[in-house]
Amino acid sequence: MELYRVLMSGSGGQGVITMAIVLAEAACLYEGLTAIQSQSYGPEARGGATRSDVIIADGPIFFPKVLQPNFLVALTNEASNRYVPLIRPGGICLYDTDLVQLDLRVDARPRGLPMYSAVMKEFGKAQSFNICVLGAMAALIGAVVSLNSLERVLLTRFGPSRHEHNCRALRMGAEMAAPMVDA
Amino acid sequence: MSGAVASPPPAGGAGGAKRGAVAPDAHFVQGNEACVRGAMYAGLNFFAGYPITPSTEIAEHLADILPRNGGVFIQMEDEIASMCAVCGAALAGAKAMTATSGPGFSLKQEAIGYACMTEIPCVIVNVQRGGPSTGLPTKVAQGDVMQSRWGTHGDHSIVVLTASSVQDIFEITIEGFNISETYRTPVILLFDEVVGHMREKLVVPAPGEIAVVDRLYTEVKAGVNYHPYLPREDGRLPVSDFGGVHRYNVTGLFHDIFGFPTENADQVSRLIYHLVDKIENRAHLLARWKEYHLDDAEHIILSYGASARSARHLAETRRGKGDRIGLLELQTLWPFPAALVREKTAHAKSVFVAEMNMGQIAAQVKQAVNKPDRVFLVNRMDGMLVTPTDIGAVMRTVEGRGF
Repeated sequence: MELYRVLMSGSGGQGVITMAIVLAEAACLYEGLTAIQSQSYGPEARGGATRSDVIIADGPIFFPKVLQPNFLVALTNEASNRYVPLIRPGGICLYDTDLVQLDLRVDARPRGLPMYSAVMKEFGKAQSFNICVLGAMAALIGAVVSLNSLERVLLTRFGPSRHEHNCRALRMGAEMAAPMVDA
Repeated sequence: MSGAVASPPPAGGAGGAKRGAVAPDAHFVQGNEACVRGAMYAGLNFFAGYPITPSTEIAEHLADILPRNGGVFIQMEDEIASMCAVCGAALAGAKAMTATSGPGFSLKQEAIGYACMTEIPCVIVNVQRGGPSTGLPTKVAQGDVMQSRWGTHGDHSIVVLTASSVQDIFEITIEGFNISETYRTPVILLFDEVVGHMREKLVVPAPGEIAVVDRLYTEVKAGVNYHPYLPREDGRLPVSDFGGVHRYNVTGLFHDIFGFPTENADQVSRLIYHLVDKIENRAHLLARWKEYHLDDAEHIILSYGASARSARHLAETRRGKGDRIGLLELQTLWPFPAALVREKTAHAKSVFVAEMNMGQIAAQVKQAVNKPDRVFLVNRMDGMLVTPTDIGAVMRTVEGRGF
């Protein structure tokens, strides 16, 4: 059964694809679930719309793309305008309140957080923004992918020198999202 | 070893992973990286290429891995030179590979023909994108099926393999090297943007778990005349590394058993039959495929590569609703496994060919089956992966159940 069909969207350079890889790898290697990650991007290295799809399931996954996400992450207005209409009824829309003015006319649960400004205030640069978003996501999807599993992936992918920094950003996102987690 | 590696058994009931149970040698990687790992497993020690989307990660990973493992990585000035370098390295004893996409694949064709004619074992990866020309660089397509068969001029035969998952890419890459070594032929791995870029779990087997075929060397001693193009009784040509202990000639012209040019009609005829027969006569041995729910299937979807994932999704979903739908997934595209396709679809009411081109494999299927007018193409060529819904809509219409 497919537990989560996640569509992450933003602009090139925000770390959308990295975020998707870390989430899917954690589910696949440390949670014993099946996960698949794919992406769609234009020829540009920076700028331009970027999206990455992650499907997490407890059985085999065949079609690798997300057509109707039940979890949308939108990090630019362009991304939210394009992908909010695709959200499956009752799905979650996580967006950044600094970067996105959400115009929600569909049946979805909006979860807006000022993650960008929080990261800038804490670290002085936007580098850890995607990791913070990932932390918020992990809190919102509950027990499916734990923060511990995500931290293990961050360590193997980015090494020990950045690890403490990454973990702080991850925990920060999770704490920001905690009050919005459904009971 | 020919035929020793049979097609894997139907994996219809393969369940998902148990939570918490993950193999220690499991990795979460792209199809392109699985190709790299498969090639290294098979003994790759030379890569020449010119990076191009969506195959770039193959060059990227090999640039890192090959030099650290005693191999050679060269980024050449273009695709033509890359393919020529691969030919030269393979002749001198290396297990050699190159990787590209549509525009680069076009450029490589001349040297691929040279490899066919001179019987050089080598592997060419084409991660397909939208074409013709520079087309859609970052989007998926399967439009190079015919080019992989007939891209180079003149009568010849070639082996083309494909895969639909990260794990399968790993295994079919090893298979490609094995076939290439066994028959001294270029083998084309025809992947696509979706399977090349998608990430999922790869479990790397221990060394030795999958058989690896090494080059068959001549027993002719140094100083004794060696005939590079004198086949053994089983048709295989033992090699002697070019530049090694034997002197011999290699040419793209029709040649005799010494490798020297000839226009002798008998020898020309014998060589062209040899080049074609060594592959076409073994179509049944070279066929690799997967099958799901074929036993009682009324309608069969035939597909390959990323499209086969959509086909499988639809087949499993509609099976759950009681519809008798089966899937035949081809992993060998050329030589086209016509006998297999005819046999597996013999009792189906209709056959739906799902592919992302104008019907390049569908045309082969129509030629292979007894009722070609019951073969229907389901395609998509807009840069998007054909969806289960696309396939389902065509099937419902053909079945007379509305769109």
